[in-house]
Amino acid sequence: MSQDPRAPAELSWETLTQGVWKENPVFVMLLGLCPVLAVTNTASNALAMGLATTFVLLCSGVLVSLLRKLIPKQVRIACYIIIIATFVTITDYAIQAISLDIYKALGAFIQLIVVNCVILGRAEAYASKNKVANAFVNALGMGIGFTLALLCLGIVREVFGFGTLFGIDLFGPNFQPWAVFALPPGGFFVLAFWLFLFAYVRQRRNPSKEEEHAA
Amino acid sequence: MQPDSHAFIFLNAFLINNFVLAMFLGLCPFLGVSGKVKTAWNMGLAVVFVMLVSSMCAYGINIILVRFELEFLRLISYIAVIASSVQLVEMFIKKFSPALFRTLGIFLPLITTNCAILGLALFQTNRSYDFTQSLAFSLGAGAGFALALVLMAGLREKLELADIPDTVTQAALSLMLAGMLSLSFMGFAGLGG
Repeated sequence: MSQDPRAPAELSWETLTQGVWKENPVFVMLLGLCPVLAVTNTASNALAMGLATTFVLLCSGVLVSLLRKLIPKQVRIACYIIIIATFVTITDYAIQAISLDIYKALGAFIQLIVVNCVILGRAEAYASKNKVANAFVNALGMGIGFTLALLCLGIVREVFGFGTLFGIDLFGPNFQPWAVFALPPGGFFVLAFWLFLFAYVRQRRNPSKEEEHAA
Repeated sequence: MQPDSHAFIFLNAFLINNFVLAMFLGLCPFLGVSGKVKTAWNMGLAVVFVMLVSSMCAYGINIILVRFELEFLRLISYIAVIASSVQLVEMFIKKFSPALFRTLGIFLPLITTNCAILGLALFQTNRSYDFTQSLAFSLGAGAGFALALVLMAGLREKLELADIPDTVTQAALSLMLAGMLSLSFMGFAGLGG
């Protein structure tokens, strides 16, 4: 593959996987936390939100990458925002058409995808500097990572908060729901718990690197 | 209290449905600039100011959009209005009070990407508040944001010297704190009555 001088990164497996684990937008970079906490009280809401965000990530990534030589540097952020807002509007109307229940459950948070820093961050840091294929694969990886993170929270919160998973009853009628998990504080606690778990795993894997990171 | 009275809308946005702790809006600045009480105050102030201005602008824009049946452009026009009103506020403060401008510093431009502002504009449209109700709502939401930010900063200042395990990262600790704050704010739910 001939390398574009503006594109330092070559298309590789790494392009896809860095978004899933090494640079996971939620657990590592702590970006886009608002929807992560707000709509993950059930697993199906989390999945819908993750897919919607992935769609916007993919489309805006490809378009920003296509237009990267046309957009003047001074107004690039405004251009990215307009591009993202366009795709979010499309997503908003599409979800409304596909399932009104999901639309009502997610509420204004579909429209708030516009200000999700993951998407603007990808547009600025990756798509605007790389070829279309790279931008697509990278956005796909980020989207998968984001969706996985949402599911991690959504599953825990739904299982404990309602005793169900994707609406299927797990524990039988005698289960007393642990209501706090479905309420706002539960979101904070579950995310804190996941961060703690990942920090622990990373520390176990390479203790020296973790110290460096902490310092 | 009447559910559509101004006092109720203000209290609702301020305490009961606090933007940060109950609706999870504006978490990035909440976790990012809550290290010191002083900066938290300034950020809170800036947010109240921008919320008021953008709420008024969004109200006007919405009337125009509805008049010409262009509702599908709502999101794009809101985000453009917010970005430019932040810019406007920045220039205005710079001219009017350089001292305040210096204290707010970098926080003003950062507010553009704060989802609490866009959320506010969208919510006031969805609930079809009139002009004064929108004002009460934006004041309450801004004050609630500032309150949560200052409380959080106070807690984190106290925890600076605490002895915590290595594995607990700064972010996990902040989220735990936020969870407890959120838990205590649930106590205000009774005010809704």
